[in-house]
Amino acid sequence: MTSVKIFIPQDAAALSVGADEVAALVQTQAETHNLPIEIIRNGSRGMLWLEPLVEVETPNGRIAYGPVGCEDVPSLFEEKFWEKHDHPLCHGLTEEIPFFKKQERLTFARCGLTDPLSLTDYRAYDGFNGLENALKMSPADVCQTVRDSGLRGRGGAGFPTGIKWQTVLGAESDVKYICCNADEGDSGTFADRMIMEGDPFSLIEGMAIAGYAVGAQEGYIYLRSEYPHAHRMLEKAIQIAYDNNWLGDNIQGADFSFSLEVRKGAGAYICGEETSMLESMEGKRGLVRAKPPIPALSGFFGKPTVINNVLSLTTVPIILAKGAAYYESFGIGRSRGTQPFQLSGNVKQGGLIEKAFGLTLRELIYDYGQGTRSGRDVRTVQVGGPLGAYLGDNQFDLALGYEEMSEGGALLGHGGVVIFDDSVDMAQQARFAFEFCTIESCGKCTPCRIGAQRGLETMDRVIAGDNVATNLDLLEDLCELMKDGSLCAMGGLTPLPVESAIQNFPNDFYSKTDCRS
Amino acid sequence: MTRFTEWSDLFAEHLHQKFKDKKGALLPFLHDIQDALGHIPPAAIDHICDSLNLSKAEVDGVISFYHDFKKEHDGRFSIKVCRAEACQSSGSEELVSHIQKRLTQDGTDTEFHIEAVYCLGNCALSPSVMMKEKLYGRVTPKRFDHLLTLERTPHA
Ligand SMILES: Cc1cc2nc3c(=O)[nH]c(=O)nc-3n(C[C@H](O)[C@H](O)[C@H](O)COP(=O)(O)O)c2cc1C
Ligand code: SF4
Ligand code: FES
Ligand code: FES
Repeated sequence: MTSVKIFIPQDAAALSVGADEVAALVQTQAETHNLPIEIIRNGSRGMLWLEPLVEVETPNGRIAYGPVGCEDVPSLFEEKFWEKHDHPLCHGLTEEIPFFKKQERLTFARCGLTDPLSLTDYRAYDGFNGLENALKMSPADVCQTVRDSGLRGRGGAGFPTGIKWQTVLGAESDVKYICCNADEGDSGTFADRMIMEGDPFSLIEGMAIAGYAVGAQEGYIYLRSEYPHAHRMLEKAIQIAYDNNWLGDNIQGADFSFSLEVRKGAGAYICGEETSMLESMEGKRGLVRAKPPIPALSGFFGKPTVINNVLSLTTVPIILAKGAAYYESFGIGRSRGTQPFQLSGNVKQGGLIEKAFGLTLRELIYDYGQGTRSGRDVRTVQVGGPLGAYLGDNQFDLALGYEEMSEGGALLGHGGVVIFDDSVDMAQQARFAFEFCTIESCGKCTPCRIGAQRGLETMDRVIAGDNVATNLDLLEDLCELMKDGSLCAMGGLTPLPVESAIQNFPNDFYSKTDCRS
Repeated sequence: MTRFTEWSDLFAEHLHQKFKDKKGALLPFLHDIQDALGHIPPAAIDHICDSLNLSKAEVDGVISFYHDFKKEHDGRFSIKVCRAEACQSSGSEELVSHIQKRLTQDGTDTEFHIEAVYCLGNCALSPSVMMKEKLYGRVTPKRFDHLLTLERTPHA
């Protein structure tokens, strides 16, 4: 009898709700039932509300069970879950689950399908095809292909990746660097983590392609310290890549060498801002640098440096494997390709949804998310991290694209969508936006450093009902000052969640009883 | 590899060899000390200055900038609770009050303390907590009590 293949993720989110314990129990139960099995610790499929998601391979495809707790494992075996599919936790074929079926998985094509550390799996699912193609092209053609694909930076600012690479390629220097921004500080986002844990070779491949395209031989991944599991996975994957000549000298016989190293952050949100990240990597306080010079010309230790987000870099391999036109055929307007959206907070079906740009927030919230976990009405969503706008129901039909969102007064950022039900107090959320800025400001410029503190105090007065109208006027001026006078988007965008909250939910502010009037 | 648990000449020399030729070595240097000792003692700071040819002000400045580095520690066990937006929307503030109450009631606030963190990348399984680099999701007050009991049981 051939052994039954069972997939149980080793993604940090799955582990956070007991995937290791479930895997251990599945192993012992299989022994008790004399069932030969092979457990594969895959990445996550991104249907996080179903984690731990246990899949069993059948001739028709993988069948999903979830969320599986340790207490459910004996009954799975009693009901022979590998043959019969009528256990209450059974969801049928994984890829037929509507949340998954409607997605367009390009960047995350392999995530959850494979053993993240198996090079054989990686190759079997088209891994390294992109790098192989790139090595047959001229560096300039690789940059042009990325440019033609329309790929824009997924870290938040949406700058065209190909143009950035062309700038670095054109810069005269013996030494150049590729720095991957894996600081993923935005609340409500976890796509970088998921792909680093679930398909780490794709990041290695993307960075090697970037190195070849611009003439850089050294790469660094600046990883936030809150991700110890991703750190372990990356270290293992990098070692495997070195052992198999996908990193190191003369990669696969080509006249191209590339080294790669992980650098751990130290718990500072601002170090996700690219120049602050460079300072941090150089061993300094993470103070934001004034631009120019841009990092593409003067970056890590003053050398030309490509800085890209994890998702930008992990998308590059498929562009090189399938061509710019293929990738460019997805999306709307100037937002080409797909975006891994991350749905979280008070949501029934939270997780990762990779989909071509252009779907609406309403689809994300209700079709994919199925509304709130609490069962109450959705009141607001915050899109794009802690510096993103709070939107109300009348804005849920906005199309998710860079320009489309900014026309609606919002930003897409790193693609995080956090759902709140109707128990939320928007004045508290506005207060938090300032509080977060006081905690995480790098302190270099006054509008941000002092402004956030003043904003926090003013919001406290509004919440206490102290001269509400006057204080809200004051807040408006303060927000203008922060927007105009801050050096970076930390201070410059903190007003966005505040002002959008006031604008879309004025009652939460003006109804605070004014104790002095 | 030797595991260092206190500051010693041997540890100092090990770090010096490991980092003397590394580009931008200060953060990895500090991480190794922080991980091993739970804080960065004064003797280590002097050693870093010699090893990397930095001034004390530079090293102190870096330590104070980053939330991860601590110049002293009181030996208490840190419970990192996420207080960012996705966790707020699913009850992290209630969780924080619960933990505070719980620690005071049991008199274990001498052993444990809450550290606020802002996003652990587990936002779809909020609220999130991290203890000893292990991440936990869907942490209701009840689940927290269970986890704390496990944490207190000495491991076999
Ligand atoms: C306050 C602040 C925080 C940021 N945090 C991140 C982050 O965590 N990850 C990221 O990739 N980009 C972050 N960015 C954007 C980076 O500065 C930069 O634009 C990006 O890394 C460039 O890569 P991309 O073009 O591939 O997006 C942040 C920007 C600001 C202003
Ligand atoms: S806006 Fe804030 S975070 Fe940005 S440079 Fe100024 S003080 Fe630093
Ligand atoms: S210290 Fe820089 S403004 Fe005062
Ligand atoms: S907001 Fe709490 S884990 Fe992301």
